[in-house]
Amino acid sequence: MPSSRSGKPRSPMAPPTSFLWVRRIGLTLLAVFTAIPVYVMVSTSLKPLGDVQSAFRWIPTRLTVRPYIDMWSTVPLAHYFVNSTVVAVCSTAISVVIAVLAAYAVSRYRFPGRKVFSVTVLSTQMFPGILFLLPLFLIFVNIGNSTGIQLSDTRLGLIITYLTFTLPFSIWMLVGYFDSIPRELDEAAAVDGNGPVGTLLRVVVPAAVPGIVTVAVYSFMTAWGEVLFASVMTDDSTRTLAVGLRNYASQNDVYWNQIMAASLVVSVPVVVGFLLLQRYLVAGLTAGSVK
Amino acid sequence: MAAATDVSRTPAAPAPAPPPAAARPRRWSWARVRRAGLPYLLLLPAVCFELLVHVVPMLVGIWISFKQLTEFFIRNWGAAPSAGLDNYRFALNIDNAVGSALLQSFWTTLSFTLLVVALSWFIGTGAALLLQDPCRGRGLLRTYFLVPYALPAYTAAITWEFMFQRDNGLVNQVLVHELHLTSVAPFWLIGNNSFVALVVTAVWRTWPFAFLVVTAGLQNIPGELYEAAAIDGAGMWQRIRRITMPSLRPVNQVLLLVLFLWNFNDFNTPYVLFGNVAPPQANLLSLQIYDTSFENWNFGSGSAMSVLLLLFLLLVTAVYLLLTNRGRNADA
Repeated sequence: MPSSRSGKPRSPMAPPTSFLWVRRIGLTLLAVFTAIPVYVMVSTSLKPLGDVQSAFRWIPTRLTVRPYIDMWSTVPLAHYFVNSTVVAVCSTAISVVIAVLAAYAVSRYRFPGRKVFSVTVLSTQMFPGILFLLPLFLIFVNIGNSTGIQLSDTRLGLIITYLTFTLPFSIWMLVGYFDSIPRELDEAAAVDGNGPVGTLLRVVVPAAVPGIVTVAVYSFMTAWGEVLFASVMTDDSTRTLAVGLRNYASQNDVYWNQIMAASLVVSVPVVVGFLLLQRYLVAGLTAGSVK
Repeated sequence: MAAATDVSRTPAAPAPAPPPAAARPRRWSWARVRRAGLPYLLLLPAVCFELLVHVVPMLVGIWISFKQLTEFFIRNWGAAPSAGLDNYRFALNIDNAVGSALLQSFWTTLSFTLLVVALSWFIGTGAALLLQDPCRGRGLLRTYFLVPYALPAYTAAITWEFMFQRDNGLVNQVLVHELHLTSVAPFWLIGNNSFVALVVTAVWRTWPFAFLVVTAGLQNIPGELYEAAAIDGAGMWQRIRRITMPSLRPVNQVLLLVLFLWNFNDFNTPYVLFGNVAPPQANLLSLQIYDTSFENWNFGSGSAMSVLLLLFLLLVTAVYLLLTNRGRNADA
């Protein structure tokens, strides 16, 4: 870095040498701090059980893929996987559709109650989850008793809960995105004979794809990683990965190599999805913070 | 047509002169009702779910906090006897075990939150500033630093739980066997050290979010500001102090508040890190309330505690917004 610059005359914008050193050292330390748990996860998942039960070794002496095979029978991992996938995919899909509709209304129309809606929805974000948890659990139990629609201990109840969690952020983010789409496009669509819904589907949604994708990834991540509500609202048959793995890791005798393998397998899809789409997220946050 | 008139009313787009809809006699018409009703129709699903999952449960929670709701009344909660303010007295009475545990949990949560927010903000802002100017590997590092945030919270906490194991964890291996800082391997997940373990785990997961938000905020600062300052002779550090930090103020205002609320309500980290019994030194409020409610099946006092937590957070938010907004207006 410095060698390529030292030949040129220093411009007033060029950072001083002290800054370059701070940058080098600081970023290296942070990179190591970030890497250590990831490295532990990967290396442990490839060690035989005997090696993880003794003192920790940085370099594995023997490598094995057994943990990736055994983990499926140690805990009902495939079952958790199905539950988590169904819950996360359904809540994401429904949440995105509902958020698009609501954000379109807030972005394109001025109507009484618009401000109240925006403020109320955003302020629910700050309320402690534990405050909703008990009453929501009771409400679900009682809805089940009186109507026969089972919401506690079912995937449906969890889907409804998760899709609502992500609505406030999704709506807020999409309003920012929709606002940045020129209204001339709407007008052109209207001249072409589209109604409001046609305009939304043919003009606004295609132009806001990055924002919609960001919101979808966020919703999926939230549903995939949620622990608190899932720990109360699921039973053995509807248990999600988050609660299943957490419960297993809390036991006294844990096969750490297998649980690291399982953690890695459940993390890879969300991490890859997130990292591929993070520049949209930065763009979305930038658009949101301007407002 | 409907879209065009609505669009023309918004200030953002100075649309061509609206068609003379207003000039027409105002008559009740199906088309007009439909047009006025459309935004409400679009909001309807969102409102329904918000009511079911957020608004109604919150009101019910407040109602429950005045009830003596134990396991016997779960199926028939209307019959739960009224408790008046007993639940609140019970929660706030520091002479009994529950009250004193709640108070200790409150102080633990407050110090945990302040530490995690301060450290995460400092590291995140620092990293964003270091990566503000183009340098080799910038794009790669910007993506790489987001990995902890992208990991599901529970897998990160499980990994740290393994690293903090006394006999086969990485932390003791480094401290005891490689750096020889102590001769006896300490416990990290029980006792006083558990607070340190909790903070380290939370900071590892939280700072990338601060980094992400500050990075986004930095992109809104026009480059000409820096160039003008540099021509005026301002050095690197001065530019950071005089231009970058003041420009980031609106971003930081929101960021610090969000970080505070998230960490104050954090449940995942201690719940996953410590297994079934969290040590009192690291028992955050959400977990404390959870235990009171579901281990003792006492929903009334659990709800009273949740309401107290909400009131505290509302107070903090209001005071914070008041102070920071006043500071901003004074500057202007």
